[in-house]
Amino acid sequence: MTIVFDVAGAVAIAATIMMLTRTHAVHALLYLIVSLLAVAVVFYDLGAPFVAALEVIVYAGAIMVLFVFVVMLLNLGEEASRAERGLLTPGIWIGPSVLAAILLAEFGWLLTRGSAPPAALANIGPAEVGMALFGSYLIGVELASMLLLGGLVGAYHLGWKERSHASHS
Amino acid sequence: MLPIREGFALAGILFALGIIGVLARRNIIFVLMSIEVMLNAAGLAFVVAGARWQQPDGQVVFLFILAMAAAEVSVGLALVLELYHQYKSLDTDAISRMRG
Repeated sequence: MTIVFDVAGAVAIAATIMMLTRTHAVHALLYLIVSLLAVAVVFYDLGAPFVAALEVIVYAGAIMVLFVFVVMLLNLGEEASRAERGLLTPGIWIGPSVLAAILLAEFGWLLTRGSAPPAALANIGPAEVGMALFGSYLIGVELASMLLLGGLVGAYHLGWKERSHASHS
Repeated sequence: MLPIREGFALAGILFALGIIGVLARRNIIFVLMSIEVMLNAAGLAFVVAGARWQQPDGQVVFLFILAMAAAEVSVGLALVLELYHQYKSLDTDAISRMRG
């Protein structure tokens, strides 16, 4: 029974196409978030609930919040408030809402029909992933922490240089 | 029944859409979002393969891709802010005049 997989995959592809064809960055972000949520449903359907949760929390949560902050920082002023009023018209949010409603219906259906995901051979839960992650992949975890530290230092350096530049001029 | 062929097809389609976005769009925010789509599609392929062999390794690699995407997007968006302050534009063609 792969109907959940097929519908979620179709929603992901449709949302990604809509994201690519938008002209306004905020509209594209709405569709990108729906696309990531659809991929999370696909993960759950494949028997990977831990990765599905992380996809929602880290991708659709943290990374998209970064994008939203940058888009908000980039267009301040009168033009932004006009765009804000434009966002409240139904034509903008009706598309992402319909796609997200499809995903919500799938989610409710999965919850009511029991715990096992329909398409997977077996459920690989957080315990197995954690055992592998801190067992044979321990060096990878250390490297990922170094990479994140590098990203932190790099982002801080770029922001710091720009601020000292502004104070001089 | 595990939809392994459909899973890889979905990953391939999403990756191709990301490539189209990187090549076709000129707004650098859209380019970064397309890169996110491509990374996500690569992670989807890993998870599908992990589900096929019922091993957690695919999900572990997806976690590494997640950490890499977070680091990439933080540095990338800091560069976008810097670019906007220097050129007053988000057009990627504006950076082509940059000479080191």
